[in-house]
Amino acid sequence: MFEQIAFYLFSFLTIGLFLVTVFSNNILYAMTSLAAGMVLIAGFFFLNGADFLGVVQIIVYVGAVMALYAFGMMFFNVTKVVKEKNTSNLLVLFLGVSIALLMVIMFLSPIVPEAIFASVPPEPNATNPEAVGMVLFSKYLVPFEVSAVMLLIAMIGGIILAGKKMDQSLTKIEDEIISEKDVK
Amino acid sequence: MDALVIGTIIKVVLVLLIVSALAGFGTYIERKVLAFMQRRLGPTHVGPFGLLQIAADGIKLFTKEDIIPQHANKFIFSLAPVITAATAFIALSAVPLFPTFVIPESLPLIGGAIVPSVIADVNIGILFVLGMMAAGLYGPLLAGMAQANKWGILGSARTAVQFLSYEVVTGLSVLAPIMLVGSLSLIDFNSAQAGGIGSWIIWQQPVAFVLFLIAGFAETNRTPFDLLEHEAEIISGYVTEYSGLRWGMFFIGEYSNMFTVSILAAVIFCGGYGDLGFIPGSLALLLKVVFFFFLMLWVRASWPHIRPDQLMWLCWKVLMPLAVVNIVITGIVVMI
Repeated sequence: MFEQIAFYLFSFLTIGLFLVTVFSNNILYAMTSLAAGMVLIAGFFFLNGADFLGVVQIIVYVGAVMALYAFGMMFFNVTKVVKEKNTSNLLVLFLGVSIALLMVIMFLSPIVPEAIFASVPPEPNATNPEAVGMVLFSKYLVPFEVSAVMLLIAMIGGIILAGKKMDQSLTKIEDEIISEKDVK
Repeated sequence: MDALVIGTIIKVVLVLLIVSALAGFGTYIERKVLAFMQRRLGPTHVGPFGLLQIAADGIKLFTKEDIIPQHANKFIFSLAPVITAATAFIALSAVPLFPTFVIPESLPLIGGAIVPSVIADVNIGILFVLGMMAAGLYGPLLAGMAQANKWGILGSARTAVQFLSYEVVTGLSVLAPIMLVGSLSLIDFNSAQAGGIGSWIIWQQPVAFVLFLIAGFAETNRTPFDLLEHEAEIISGYVTEYSGLRWGMFFIGEYSNMFTVSILAAVIFCGGYGDLGFIPGSLALLLKVVFFFFLMLWVRASWPHIRPDQLMWLCWKVLMPLAVVNIVITGIVVMI
């Protein structure tokens, strides 16, 4: 009984929060509901016994949305309402129709239950992180390593882009020198 | 109802009450310890040794007028303290607080029941606690952004900076002990160190221990990393506009985070609630937690604040490479 209550609670809360994210004009409401929705999705993982994935969901998205907040702080006055510019009605129509189509397909798919099955059934005796590890390092080893290399490339790219003057500390440079550079 | 459900509810209520009370007591201890280290007396006037100062502060917080600034985002403004306090308590739910024990048979009704050491025994306890404490930083972030105050915005900008700095170090520093133990469950950590002081992980992983402590200080906003509410620079940072009970909730959250970090350090590195010679396990855990709590006050009394750019430099250029090297060496040793 508890699982059903929890499932419907999480479902309604998640959908409601993401609706707020999409429809709100206030950047603070939008990002807060995004963060809360991302954390609440972890609840579904916990309900299905995938504890490890649930916690990874929390840790990853807490950090990721935190970075979004930082951008929001830099570019907007967060307590004011943002005026949105709607550039093309055709784009809105296209996105709306395609999302509606996607939803219909998603809700219809359980009608054919044979189509939904676990491609890698979990080991009965392994704990949750062990089960994830076994699948990652046996069947999906190549995609795992490729994504690791991609992340490494992204990290090196980030360091090169950001690190041109890393050995200089802005707080140690005199104010006059900084203002001279700004003039140039 | 299920016996497990009732037992869990009882434990949740007990932990909530005890930790909230301890947070108040923690402020008293902090003021006294800091005072003695700075050759002052601290609170002395209210009650014996100033002990009733806690009650006086509590009454003051409860009865103070609750002010919400005019241009603040009222909903987020009142939500932020709840996030801090709630996540701090949720994190405590996956931390072992005492050895598993059996209630004596002589008691009526509940006699013979086994009380497990953790409220929610998830088998990924350590990650859950760290994730919840990370989510707790949304409290300061939202508080600073919602209050329409420049000092608050600076406080929440510093929150983001601090989070993005220490988070990597926390994860990497506990990774090496996790590799040694081979489990993410805090109970398994405890039983891996059951052989007395010699089997504590701190002897095998001294670097990871120091890194975890430093990251833990940053996680709980303790000096030298209390950038978020640096009085001398940004008034009070994210709590500038808060008063009364809402301000008190930030405080309770911060102090229960201090307890959580102390318990984590004790369980991961220092044997947890294993018996310590003639000292029984529950008392041993309490002593370790008290020591780590005292360590936080000690550091606060003896170290100055650092700047945000110094924190980033420290975390990304010193601590993270150290943690990675530590993990590589641990991996080689485990493989051999």
